[in-house]
Amino acid sequence: MPRGTPDAGSTETRTLEAFADTVLPGVKRTPEDTAVAGRSHDAGAVEAGALELLRTPATGLASGLAEFTELLNGHAARYADQHGTALDGGLPPFVQLSFEDRTALVRALTSPGHPEKEFWVMLALFCNMAYDSAAHTSTPAAIAAGHPGLRAMGFAAPDPDGLLRFKDYSYGRPLARLHPDTTSSGSPA
Amino acid sequence: MNTTEKTDVLIVGSGFGGAITAYHLAAGGARVTVLERGPWLETEELQHDFLLGSSYTRAFDFTVGDGMSVLGGNCVGGGSMVYFAALPRAPRFVFERKGSIGRRMWPSAITREALDPWYDRVAEAMGVRTQDWSDVSYAGGLWGAACDHSGRTANPVPVAIDKDACVNCNWMMAGCRFEAKKSLMFNYLPAAVSHGARIRPLHEVQRLERTDDGGYRVHYDVIDEDDYRVTTDSGVIEARIVVLAAGAGATPVILKRSESDLGTMPHAVGRYFSGNGERLNTAVVNEDRVRDVLGLSRDEERAYEAFQIGKGPCVANWDKLDGSLPEYSRYSLEQLYFPPALGTILAQVPGAPAPSWFGADKKEMLKRWKSWLIVFTMSEDDNEGVFGPLPPTGNAVRLSQQMLGRGPLTYRPTMNTLRGWERSDAEVKEILGKDGIADVAPWTNDLVGAYTVHPLASCRIGDDPHTSALDDRHELRGHPGVFVTDGSSVPGALTVNPAMTIAALAERAVPGIVDAARARGVDVTYGAPAPDGATSGRGGVLDPSGQRSS
Repeated sequence: MPRGTPDAGSTETRTLEAFADTVLPGVKRTPEDTAVAGRSHDAGAVEAGALELLRTPATGLASGLAEFTELLNGHAARYADQHGTALDGGLPPFVQLSFEDRTALVRALTSPGHPEKEFWVMLALFCNMAYDSAAHTSTPAAIAAGHPGLRAMGFAAPDPDGLLRFKDYSYGRPLARLHPDTTSSGSPA
Repeated sequence: MNTTEKTDVLIVGSGFGGAITAYHLAAGGARVTVLERGPWLETEELQHDFLLGSSYTRAFDFTVGDGMSVLGGNCVGGGSMVYFAALPRAPRFVFERKGSIGRRMWPSAITREALDPWYDRVAEAMGVRTQDWSDVSYAGGLWGAACDHSGRTANPVPVAIDKDACVNCNWMMAGCRFEAKKSLMFNYLPAAVSHGARIRPLHEVQRLERTDDGGYRVHYDVIDEDDYRVTTDSGVIEARIVVLAAGAGATPVILKRSESDLGTMPHAVGRYFSGNGERLNTAVVNEDRVRDVLGLSRDEERAYEAFQIGKGPCVANWDKLDGSLPEYSRYSLEQLYFPPALGTILAQVPGAPAPSWFGADKKEMLKRWKSWLIVFTMSEDDNEGVFGPLPPTGNAVRLSQQMLGRGPLTYRPTMNTLRGWERSDAEVKEILGKDGIADVAPWTNDLVGAYTVHPLASCRIGDDPHTSALDDRHELRGHPGVFVTDGSSVPGALTVNPAMTIAALAERAVPGIVDAARARGVDVTYGAPAPDGATSGRGGVLDPSGQRSS
């Protein structure tokens, strides 16, 4: 079941959600969800907590999110203009782009040579991290709460003390010939 | 009246290069102070947690450069706290490499044979042991079986891990909560402290100045324990000898920043950086083929699905570590685990048009994370890295409170390096693609450049003053009394995990540092046993009368 409620009011939230959804797409939270394009059948970066992570002061991004939003919508408006896509005045320009156009724009912004590449790569990295490591939440708590990214990946749950242990770990038998020049210390000669 | 703090030997950094020299010099009678820019993390503080601010982000730095990003330790114990404890010795041919300068780049005094007694000392101190196949994780076993299936050999790598204490949690990058991984916190560093060495965490050295008596004044900032962007204090310490071991990403920056007072640095300071030729491929394994082709199964249900289980790299293919092959075509292929985030973001979807590091297909790939296998290439690069304009403090402009920063390193891989990566990519694909075992794709270099966990050579030893910053005793050319003993002193890529070689070179450098200290009036001798009192390694470098072997 989709979790979370789309933010109908904030340009910043909707724009950054649309960016996060382009990085790791999810299912629409409601039929009216405009930020999430709906190109996946289950939760993506947005439901995994991308906005919460981006707004965590530890990332170093939080104070710059308004500027990111303005820049991204500026790029989106120019992209739409160059591609003959009509935008109306209602939604933020990046949110109005189709998933394919959002993807093409993110690809361009993160490509070698783009003058703002470093910022967009950093934004994308943290969107990824919200999904694949839930860096805004303590990991044992995230797993216990069924964090969608860690759950989808199959990240193993820790013991009650919060520490992970694997009892079984090895096939337990020789599986290859050793290199003939291996020394007695186990190193290459 | 202010009294400037004084010490005999000031050591910058507490990783292998700092801890080893600190121990021997303190044990020999010198007053030793170690300044470490990262925090001091006790075992009970080490968490299995990706939360920003946990031990995972406190303990290491990810420094993004132009064309190369560097992952390195940032805590007491340095790289040893976050490493995977794989400690192979470098193959013989490595010491004969010519690299980008067209002639042997290692000092003539150093060969594998000459270094072996020093490797022995490290092996004794760290408790390095060979692994057998029963120690090897499922992922290592899978890699070994795949190598065997394609007619290749595969070796369990030598490690410093207590197998009885290890729970195969694969959280080594956040330090080892079970004290199974033998970091420097269990040998050299406590032994150094017991001999009176003082270790100060969160002290980031910025620059050196010369004193009137030929010693050095070391300027440091004190770093906030939570927000590394914040400086809370600063100070100076004077020393007769300075040992720089801040890591290959930081040592040259400190030296370049010191040029205004110390004078011109050797040309090779901040040049010839090597990323150890590192390259990563991620495979998504076909579980049915693992069972049917390789005959592997964990139980009735699962053939593999075990990427998360283990202890970093367990098994390596060393078939291309062949001295008869041409330079730049030799590499090892090592099975590896990287945790989510650092180990997932740069992975690309096999078979998808690049860039495929994000998007719907990448998300589907993440859902098969348990069936991933990472193969790590360590090849011969061309020492292409150069440090540019310095950041105001430290070795990077810190972007996040911890971990993430932007550094001054530029790296443009030459065709030699690129061909080595292409060859290894093709070989990984050949091994894992055979009979449909897995689909493979290399990590993208488009986002943060190439990616190394083993930065080397930015202040290297050598015989040639034009292409090496240090003489073969690790003393900085033109700046007597300054020594460098970290990974920056290694001349070039090693084709294997470098910690063992960095440590052996640091051990080898100690007698020369002792001599220099004695010449400056420090009452210090060489000849301490291993940190736990064992003496067999010492016997290999001292003759029966207690004199140093040549």
